[in-house]
Amino acid sequence: MEANDRYVQIENVHKSFGSAGGSEVLRDVSLTVRKGEFVSIIGHSGCGKSTLLNIVAGLTPATSGNVFVDNRQVVEPGPDRAVVFQNHSLLPWLSVYQNVRLAVDKIFGGMMSKDERHDWTLRNLELVSMVEARNKKPGEISGGMKQRVGIARALSMKPKILLLDEPFGALDALTRAHLQDRVMQISMELGNTVMMITHDVEEAVLLSDRIVMLTNGPAATIGSICEVPLERPRLRLELISDPTYVGCRAAVLEFLHKRHRFVDAA
Amino acid sequence: MSSTAKSLQHAPAAKVVPLNAPAKAAEPVEASTPAPSAAPSAAASSRLARLAAVTKRRALNALPPVLAVGALLGVWELLCAAPDATLPPPSRVVSETWELIVDPFFDRGGIDKGLFWHIYASIKRVALGYFLAAIGGIGLGVLIGSSKWATRALDPIFQVLRTIPPLAWLPLSLAAFRDGQPSAIFVIFITAIWPIIINTAVGIRNIPQDYQNVAKVLRLNRGEYFVSIMLPAAAPFIFTGLRIGVGLSWLAIVAAEMLIGGTGIGFFIWDSWNSSRISDIILALLYVGIVGMLLDRAIAVLGRIVTRGTAST
Repeated sequence: MEANDRYVQIENVHKSFGSAGGSEVLRDVSLTVRKGEFVSIIGHSGCGKSTLLNIVAGLTPATSGNVFVDNRQVVEPGPDRAVVFQNHSLLPWLSVYQNVRLAVDKIFGGMMSKDERHDWTLRNLELVSMVEARNKKPGEISGGMKQRVGIARALSMKPKILLLDEPFGALDALTRAHLQDRVMQISMELGNTVMMITHDVEEAVLLSDRIVMLTNGPAATIGSICEVPLERPRLRLELISDPTYVGCRAAVLEFLHKRHRFVDAA
Repeated sequence: MSSTAKSLQHAPAAKVVPLNAPAKAAEPVEASTPAPSAAPSAAASSRLARLAAVTKRRALNALPPVLAVGALLGVWELLCAAPDATLPPPSRVVSETWELIVDPFFDRGGIDKGLFWHIYASIKRVALGYFLAAIGGIGLGVLIGSSKWATRALDPIFQVLRTIPPLAWLPLSLAAFRDGQPSAIFVIFITAIWPIIINTAVGIRNIPQDYQNVAKVLRLNRGEYFVSIMLPAAAPFIFTGLRIGVGLSWLAIVAAEMLIGGTGIGFFIWDSWNSSRISDIILALLYVGIVGMLLDRAIAVLGRIVTRGTAST
């Protein structure tokens, strides 16, 4: 129980780019995430949210501080922390199926037979309804479909934590809503631990158990954390007038637009 | 899992068609009975019209090059018509080389061979030298594309060496190999390798960070990264280099063969000059041009097949 409450631990993470005294991006960020929890990190553009995600992913080393996932320190990237990149990052010369299969082969090559890997690849494509388009190349499918394949690829790694870096940022509003519902449904079914970067307040409230709000950079840190005690499954339309939803949304909006207004954007 | 997904996807569609087909088909047949007499002829005539349109478009596309070649030959014929002209007009080229044109495959021993054998010998040299250049060029390109140290160490050397004209290497390689055949192959190699190295290196450097992140998350090892990410991502650049390389090889082979002798289209041209067979030279030049174009096209087509889908999304 104790271990599951502190499934992901971010301890006093600092990040500066450049040499000593260079630009400080993150200052003293500490956060713990429970197993199965959906946490969003929200903040203005350039505040260092993506840097924080990359540190958890292991793609960027922290200047100081530690990150532990399931009691293992993060020192390098790995499939236990699968990332869904903002721009999908599918390999354009591989088909939808091959993109997912590449990950499955690499991670489960020693553990599963060929048939099992094939079935596992298809099962993950099924989760995002991409089985029918499995032989298409990324260039032949829409942006939303590409992002779904990116999610299937990340899920296929059976990660301990799923890291979503503004996964819906490049999509139109309708596709985005559809994909948000899908991600919500999948993460409820599979019980994934998810950390999502976003700058969309509605998205954060709708999907998250907790919303972590970062102050403005430089030297951003956690300004406030908002619990979202809404029952699941959550239905977008019913929530619009739900007082808890409205309250959370107002709290986040107030944080972003009153207490930590993005000065440069004015 | 896969079979259920498949059957879910296809089964309903397959069943729906035979069930609905008879019911729906019954009505239209009756309704359209008066039509058949008119319909086929209309369809046929529209097909004929489309065929005529396609033929016309093809003819119009073919017209400009035919006119241009005709005009060129006409001007050439006029310019060389005078009895004291130094070069033969096209009509005399054809009549004097007719034997070579109709029988490219004769072999009377020694260097007295049909043009096919000369071109074959040249292509063989180019193929070998070019193949070695492709292997070495891609290898070195990957090295300097992926290592800053290798770039710093090797780039200045390459920048100097690549400007050396191909033929300048020939005496040195003759001194080293003491034989014409390997020397010619070396000249091809050293000519073709530079664009392949440079383009490969650019392709490797331009691999998007996203692909590298994917590789890192999956913990691909060096070998896996090379095969699954690096080569496919750099393939369009590599093929650009290969295509420039094959053109340069063909440029160099003719000159190299003039000097090393034996067989080969370059030697044939030089030998014809020494025997004052100007018409043979002109025919050989035409063949050199056509083969060069075909080599270029072959690499372009190969590149298109291999890099299908690697264009960024």
